[in-house]
Amino acid sequence: MTKKLVVIGAGMASGRMLEHLIAGDPQAYDITLFNAEPRGNYNRLMLSPVLSGEKTYEDIVTHDDDWYAENNVTTRFGEKVVAVDRDRKVVIGEKGEVAYDKLVFATGSNPFMIPLPGHDLPGVIAYRDLEDTQSMIDLGARPGARAVVIGGGLLGLEAAAGMAARGVDVTVVHIMGHLMERQLDESAGFLLRRSLMDKGIKVLCSANSKEIVAGDDGRVRALMLDDGTELPCDLLVMAVGIRPSTALAQEAGLAVGKGVHVDDQMVTSDADILALGECVEHDGALFGLVAPLYDQAKVLAHTLLGVEDRFVNKEVSTKLKVTGCDLFSAGDFADAANREDIVFRDPARGVYKRLVLEGNRIVGAVMYGDTGDGAWFYSHIKDATDVSEMRDTLIFGPAYQGGASADPLAAVAALPDDAEICGCNGVCKGTIVDAIQGGAGDLPSLKATTKASNSCGTCTGLVEQLLELTLGDDYAAPAAQPICACCDLTHEDVRRLIKSKELKSQPAVWQELGWKTPNGCHTCRPAVNFYLLADWPLEYQDDPQSRFVNERKHANIQKDGTFSVMPRMWGGITTPDELRAIADAADKYAVPTVKVTGGQRIDLLGVKGEDLPNIWKDLNEAGMVSGHAYSKGLRTVKTCVGSDHCRFGTQDSTGLGIKLEKILWGSWTPHKVKLGVSGCPRNCAEATCKDVGIVCVDSGYQIGVGGAAGMDVKETERLGDAATEQEAIDLTVAFIQLYRENAKYLDRPYKWLAKVGLDWVQERVVDDLDSRAALVERFEISQSVYRKDPWAQHVETERNRYAPLADLTLEAAE
Amino acid sequence: MSWIDIAAIDDIPLRGARVLKTAAGCVAVFRPTEDEAYALSDRCPHKGGPLSDGIVHDRKVTCPLHNWVFSLETGEAQGADEGRVDTYPVRVENGRILIDGTALTRRHAA
Repeated sequence: MTKKLVVIGAGMASGRMLEHLIAGDPQAYDITLFNAEPRGNYNRLMLSPVLSGEKTYEDIVTHDDDWYAENNVTTRFGEKVVAVDRDRKVVIGEKGEVAYDKLVFATGSNPFMIPLPGHDLPGVIAYRDLEDTQSMIDLGARPGARAVVIGGGLLGLEAAAGMAARGVDVTVVHIMGHLMERQLDESAGFLLRRSLMDKGIKVLCSANSKEIVAGDDGRVRALMLDDGTELPCDLLVMAVGIRPSTALAQEAGLAVGKGVHVDDQMVTSDADILALGECVEHDGALFGLVAPLYDQAKVLAHTLLGVEDRFVNKEVSTKLKVTGCDLFSAGDFADAANREDIVFRDPARGVYKRLVLEGNRIVGAVMYGDTGDGAWFYSHIKDATDVSEMRDTLIFGPAYQGGASADPLAAVAALPDDAEICGCNGVCKGTIVDAIQGGAGDLPSLKATTKASNSCGTCTGLVEQLLELTLGDDYAAPAAQPICACCDLTHEDVRRLIKSKELKSQPAVWQELGWKTPNGCHTCRPAVNFYLLADWPLEYQDDPQSRFVNERKHANIQKDGTFSVMPRMWGGITTPDELRAIADAADKYAVPTVKVTGGQRIDLLGVKGEDLPNIWKDLNEAGMVSGHAYSKGLRTVKTCVGSDHCRFGTQDSTGLGIKLEKILWGSWTPHKVKLGVSGCPRNCAEATCKDVGIVCVDSGYQIGVGGAAGMDVKETERLGDAATEQEAIDLTVAFIQLYRENAKYLDRPYKWLAKVGLDWVQERVVDDLDSRAALVERFEISQSVYRKDPWAQHVETERNRYAPLADLTLEAAE
Repeated sequence: MSWIDIAAIDDIPLRGARVLKTAAGCVAVFRPTEDEAYALSDRCPHKGGPLSDGIVHDRKVTCPLHNWVFSLETGEAQGADEGRVDTYPVRVENGRILIDGTALTRRHAA
């Protein structure tokens, strides 16, 4: 005869248990399911994505009406269970009794409400079920709505972020000194707080709530803190913790401690009553996360089916589901005498990683900002792996294990599936790997199926690595030239990985991309320094020690160790006063050679290193700034006199040259950049062999790019025509920014153009106006940092860098 | 040995160098890590380049003129190049850099 099973509570644990039970033997029980909520099983973990609008309720339902009907589960939803009569073996619901042979308590937990005055006011809610979620969603629909969340733990922060995403003005009040204190230490808490504040969420820590204040309408009006601060709100969410819901079990006379006591088979003190989920206490432990609940569900189903099984409480991990706050935490963090920490911090990237070790095992891991290795650490916690062999590099994750024979593919292997590989066509790693597994076994077929590496081609190296990684020995990649002996990656790979992995410091590049030297060499360091400052102008701090001496000392070193000094002459225009100041400086510092350059300025050659700040100061005082004649950056804008004086001039070429130079000066580029502006096609400024050369014509401006007059001589190719001066400027700036963002270090524009093709550049700079505007905007952001005179800055703050450390020749002779 | 206190370690930028003027000529004092200093003659044996202006990496420096690389520990040229730069004993104590004055004088006398 079919036995009768009654289940109280339709939460995630009971839902999973029913699946196991029915899968094991659909005929074993006649099942009745009670739920106080007027609905069946849904994924409570997904309430935050519902709140933030990323999912709907329908998306998170795990069992719908059809499922219950198909599996003969009688549902009594929206009906509370009043009592359990163990003697008669019946469950008494609000609408009548049901007899049972076996009974399962899955009553879950209740949110803990701090008994503050006013905690029962309308508008004070917990964050527990769909009703709570709906209240918060509704609040977001009201313009100017304000909310206070008490509790800076996982749930409270997800509630706060969800409401903030819906436009609510949210304040989080947390009693402890920092957020998520159970999972994070102070510094990680700080990083989290900062990213929440960036989302517009106010966060008050060490704040004690005193009273919830009612408004005239009897609803919540504000939260008052014990320092008297009033935080006005239309909704107050209390997310301070949960308590196992045990009242019914207690009344039924079951053994109850903090939760309903269960043994390893999930059986309570009554052999016919079982329990699982957040309402139980097993071996002293309570449960709030889903992984152990699923384990319990399986064990309980087995017990009901008479299959031997045993619940073992394992470590669990948790992730904060707030977009933009990447946080992972697993295991146990409590300080103990026999525990040690390994901490990795990268403040520039906002990355924090902490491992707690006990003996040779990881017992806890927390990561902020970069959680890619979370699953790997978690598996070591669960498996209690002996990590003594890899302890030195443990914190850097799986890409770093394996000793000296580092796998060149490790960095690519470690990328998550959603990492963007091809920036031009927005193709992620997962898409490419799927295509390879689907039969695209070489680069051409991959390009055809995914468009990856189909445009500028700078990601080709990475795509080939993915081919190698996915196909193994079946794929023979063409040999690519790495930057230098410090790493196995090409310039293009490094550039792409800096962007896709959001690497924002040199140590991050060295670590994440598997550098084989402690801190690079004279070949890779200047390149990496440039890539970082070009990609993250506001976040990355330029490193003078990673620059060739010319750029570090803002002067060109000569064969005898002296330097050349060349002030800027905007568009090649100077004045008698400037010329006098240059002559005075040449006299004062005994400059042996004064030379007029091909770029229309005056070079003072043979200045002693320690005199540099002094001569700069004199030139600064005469109104002149650095000409950057030493930099991989904008050099000169050569001009002819144009329409001001020349009888053939069609436009103000000198004026345009000066404007361009004032916009572009100070910017760092992969290699030097020289411009020319000629006032008519006679081209006196030799614009057609410059990196960017503008030729003025009656109808406007012809913009050519990719000229050369050095090791190679090459005429510019026409990027496009501009009708107005402003358009000519925008095209130039956008072109240079595209070059800055994509070219290999030490490729002049013509070399870069030969690789990516003029069409590709035109699409982004000429045809797509949004793309052009975005390039100009990014250039301006970078220039907010770099459009400054380095001479003046060094005179002010770096002067002693040029002086001797000490002068022992002045010591009295012994 | 007679140790002469020349400067604080923080007077030299990390992975940078400064010049010490001595009767024996210019000496480049390097700081390849937070708390280490090395002193080498500030003259590349190849074409006389100022090593103090080179890029410091690991415990090595690259000459700014023609990219010869020298070990800061031994003064030996690395890789295919052959040559050696004089080195001077240096100690770092309590954040101060001390150089062996005797070694400087000896080199001068020689």
